[in-house]
Amino acid sequence: MAVTSSGTAVVTLPADDQIFIKRKFAAPKHIVYKALTTPELVKRWWSSDYGEMTVADIDLKVGGKWRYVMVTKDSREVAFHGEYREIVPNERVVSTEAYEGVPDADANAAVNTVTLTEADGVTTMTVLVQCPSKDVRDVIINSGMEVGMQKAYDYLEKVAVSLI
Amino acid sequence: MMIRMARAATTADAFNAVAEPRRRQILDALAGGERPVNDLVARLGLAQPQVSKHLRVLREVGLVEVREEGRQRMYRLNGQPLKPIHDWVKDYERSWSQRFDRLDVVLEELKEKEDGEGGSDE
Repeated sequence: MAVTSSGTAVVTLPADDQIFIKRKFAAPKHIVYKALTTPELVKRWWSSDYGEMTVADIDLKVGGKWRYVMVTKDSREVAFHGEYREIVPNERVVSTEAYEGVPDADANAAVNTVTLTEADGVTTMTVLVQCPSKDVRDVIINSGMEVGMQKAYDYLEKVAVSLI
Repeated sequence: MMIRMARAATTADAFNAVAEPRRRQILDALAGGERPVNDLVARLGLAQPQVSKHLRVLREVGLVEVREEGRQRMYRLNGQPLKPIHDWVKDYERSWSQRFDRLDVVLEELKEKEDGEGGSDE
């Protein structure tokens, strides 16, 4: 078994309009950064099991644009694009992310903050997705909660024991 | 314009029910165990009719259950109606985990390559 997995992704909802994803990787941060910002490497992991990536354009500079296109197994094209707002090599990338499948894609864009911190050769990556509104957040999570989702989620922590 | 998943009305109500701060206080109190209504009244510092009203809402969506014990009505918590939200977040988590499992493979290769290039201290 060549690949060391350092655990599963943990998703939390810190606020009504945010999503927070955290995961550890068994590699130093400069390597993780490389895999996140090199088109040929992004193409190998970003689309997950959903399809093949046909486009991974990355102009890695503040104000530079990125665009990812994936073709799903049922031949649909799914595209995202955005702009880099802040870049600290090997540590932090802030960029917008617009889903091209909705009207006013740019007005509904999220702002993603990716951070990488390393300890003993293990890198912790966090992704904070700041959505323009709670509605957009809920669509991303694919839940469609209208009211009280955040409270319900907070509350889950307390009642988790009765969910089993 | 946006796709929304349909869901059962009772589930929606459960989310609405916990959105109200007083009702969350009641649920918090019940998270510690079953309690009679008097105890909840004392804890919340609200009038009994107020508390009863909130308890009724919580019962209607299935978040609390009640039983008679002598002359007391005992209330207890049932978290099950909140499970759908838990599942949705878990689904999202799973899709990120799949993506990151692929990233692990890429990282492993990059590490090997770097070591092979003699950049390592070993």
